Amino acid sequence: MFVLRVNGEDRTVDVPADMPLLWVLRDVVGLTGTKFGCGIAQCGACTVHLDGQPIRSCVMPVGSIGQKAITTIEAIGETPEGQKVQKAWLDVDVVQCGYCQSGQIMSATALLTRTPNPSDADIDAAMSGNICRCGTYVRIRAAIKQAATGKPEVMQTIVSGPAGGAP
Amino acid sequence: MSIVDPTYRNERQNDIDLGRRKAIQVAGGGLAIAFLWMGGAGKVAAAINARRQPDDAAAAAADGNPPFAPNAFIRIDKDGSVRLVMPNVEMGQAIYTGACMMLAEELGVGLDQIKAEHAPPNEPLYGTPLLGGQITGGSTSTRGTWQTLREAGAVAREMLIAAAAAQWHVEPESCAVSRGVITHVPSGRTIGFGTVADAAGALPQPAQVKLKARKDFELIGKPLRRVDSPDKVTGATQFGLDVRVPGMKIAAVKACPTFGGKLGRVDDAKARAMPGVIDVIRIDNAVAVVGEHYWAAKQGLDALDIEWNPGANANLTTEKLVADLMDASLNGKAIVGRQDGEENVSGKAIDAVFLSPMLAHATMEPLNTTVHVTSGQCEIWVGTQVPVRAVEAAAKITGLPVEKVILHNHYIGGGFGRRLETDSVEQAVRLAKNVSYPLKVVWSREEDIRHDIVRPMYYDRISATLGTDGLPSSWRHRITSGTVLGRWAPGAMGKNGMDSDAIESAADLPYDLKNVHVEWVRHDMPDGLVVGWWRGVGPTHNLFIVESFVDELAHAAGKEPLEYRRAMLQKNPRVLALLNLAAEKIGWGSQPLPARVGRGIAVGSPFGSHVCAIAEVEVTAQGEVKLRRFVVAIDTGIAINPGSIEAQMQGGLLFGLSAALYSGITVKDGAIEQSNFHDYRNLRMNEVPLVEVHRIDNDETPGGIGEVGTAIAAPALANAIFAATGVRLHKLPVDRSLLIAGPDALKQTVASATVVAGGTQA
Repeated sequence: MFVLRVNGEDRTVDVPADMPLLWVLRDVVGLTGTKFGCGIAQCGACTVHLDGQPIRSCVMPVGSIGQKAITTIEAIGETPEGQKVQKAWLDVDVVQCGYCQSGQIMSATALLTRTPNPSDADIDAAMSGNICRCGTYVRIRAAIKQAATGKPEVMQTIVSGPAGGAP
Repeated sequence: MSIVDPTYRNERQNDIDLGRRKAIQVAGGGLAIAFLWMGGAGKVAAAINARRQPDDAAAAAADGNPPFAPNAFIRIDKDGSVRLVMPNVEMGQAIYTGACMMLAEELGVGLDQIKAEHAPPNEPLYGTPLLGGQITGGSTSTRGTWQTLREAGAVAREMLIAAAAAQWHVEPESCAVSRGVITHVPSGRTIGFGTVADAAGALPQPAQVKLKARKDFELIGKPLRRVDSPDKVTGATQFGLDVRVPGMKIAAVKACPTFGGKLGRVDDAKARAMPGVIDVIRIDNAVAVVGEHYWAAKQGLDALDIEWNPGANANLTTEKLVADLMDASLNGKAIVGRQDGEENVSGKAIDAVFLSPMLAHATMEPLNTTVHVTSGQCEIWVGTQVPVRAVEAAAKITGLPVEKVILHNHYIGGGFGRRLETDSVEQAVRLAKNVSYPLKVVWSREEDIRHDIVRPMYYDRISATLGTDGLPSSWRHRITSGTVLGRWAPGAMGKNGMDSDAIESAADLPYDLKNVHVEWVRHDMPDGLVVGWWRGVGPTHNLFIVESFVDELAHAAGKEPLEYRRAMLQKNPRVLALLNLAAEKIGWGSQPLPARVGRGIAVGSPFGSHVCAIAEVEVTAQGEVKLRRFVVAIDTGIAINPGSIEAQMQGGLLFGLSAALYSGITVKDGAIEQSNFHDYRNLRMNEVPLVEVHRIDNDETPGGIGEVGTAIAAPALANAIFAATGVRLHKLPVDRSLLIAGPDALKQTVASATVVAGGTQA
């Protein structure tokens, strides 16, 4: 029996200690925004924050978490950086299938929290653990820069497009 | 992305008026033509219609019974909310956004005022005209719905206006619609869609509607944001894997690793003793462990002691598959796809052979299906590109009539052709038949790759003679492969046994060539090795061969690859314009490039669109390939959403580059050797170049876009590698050992390689 601090709430879960946090979140707590992609920390789709640090929940045994605060995609918008990242993701229209984007947003938010104005090299280092099969990388880079600076940085059709989809 | 003014007047502007069949032929795509043939061959050629159909009343009743549901696509509720039912599935290609734009443009609402809904399986209501079924694939969605969805929006608009005009006792012509509100222009009176929905629903449908002229579009042509993004950035979107049904249990599954092999003996004592394990289910070729959660199921699966009966493929290897393919290429019977002019032409002869590997799809969302089988019903939750095929397969397995199979489609976490198959759905139904509770069957990544339905391998022999001007005086191409179409839609094969997909973009060359002979040898894979559709299908393979070989010919002729292509494109203004545009944007020939940096060109006309990609790469002394910059010029006719076109070109290109640089499925002991992203690699952020997309705008009917970038990626890359190193690649994925600068290169430190600013961006 473990008491996890998930998105600011205590959740009691009756699971084995070696069960990865990913499956506790998805199948026991019922938070399905965190995704299963590979199960071996190769793709980053399962990224969540432990005390603000990005980790791959598919290889994180729930028994090793203790009192650390778990933040998932469902609540990352409640942090200032998370909110900025989600807004930039919408402004730049990053997503395609969207399956990897929970993890991408969690990694990007962690990056901007510790490095408010990341260089291309910073972005490479922080984001290379997150695979996107749709290949949204060009827009992910643009969105991270836009979240950091608040201004459109890269030639992107969408940046100068009309807001909110309204005509 | 830039937009260039039309550089020429389109010659075929009126094709759309010549009837659907003619329009499709002009739009290109052997796949689409092949399916049309199937449609005419007896199978119900069910297709979307802008007006009410016999099935509509029941479909609308099941969808909240809105007061106004004039056709299969539009539901307007009493509160004025507008729901749009999507005939195609959303797997990242932004078709929900495009389809909503086409409907909303004519209906008279903003994209911020609508909600997109998944369609239920219903072929008469949601069949794609180009594919003759409720199927999303082949980059046909926009091409197939462009007329009908706009017309469906216009039908609804006219009925809503008629209802308002009747209430006001005014002429419908004096009313206008904007953002879900009807205005009587002379008096300024307004009324919302919801208020007249009831009355509009009782009106007859207009026989004729007038579609907006392009200059009057308010939505189409603008880079509007996707309708599905807001939920995708908060984790709220429900993919198939996210389904949670009351009472549901979760299964981890393992199928026989060997192609066509069967399950032998299973000792499940250890698994059954594990906490959280509920059941062990055996079917003919697989075993599943059911748990309260996936972890328990997976732990249980790993604890099984399984014996497999590998069957006839137990000793199958890649080497054997390749040897058989080469033998078929030399000795097999060819079917001719194109024969122009003379067979024997004298001149300088150039020839080459190419080998293209099997490929897995590796969608980010591993395959999964949730099924609940009860005595009278089978309910399925899944993300699929073929909802009706999935229902039919489940009906067959359960013995239930199709009406008793309920399928809930979902957002798809990557399709790329993999979810055009129903194998994982069938397996889940077979497993779920054995239990009373709803069962979610989840494939591990390892299962997903080892049991992919792979892109077939291809062996190509290609040759040409060069005339005194250095240009090809003859062209001969023999493709050898298994057939996807022949299994997936056998009725769509040509009468002479031709697979139109196998020769697409090989027989229909963009160049003005004489004495062209293109043929295909069918060489089926061993039973159990099933080959399938993979993003870009035939053109992804053929454009690599054709454009690599054109580069090879240019080199043999001592010509520069840009000028060489220009000379052969003089009668193809659409592609020539793209070639010139891409060359200008990348600055072709404007300044010398550093050592071991090269640029490569590829052009093509796949999926009813036209494209030119130019790659700029650096190859390190150690043979590593660094992608510096890509420029893509695209002509896809009228753009629905330029933002989506840019995204599809960027993403599709990177998908193709991942495969060309890293991907190949290999076989040992009759099983796929790769298993996860460590040995089936994908481009990562630090390797990705800037991909600039430039669009030529014109009034041509829309072409397909979801697979164009993928199809053009590998030849541009390979030609750039040749320019950088002088090494011609005849085999994919890229073999870095061929690209090492010299005998001492591997002794140098990797760090001495040039690193451009930011690691990846030029």
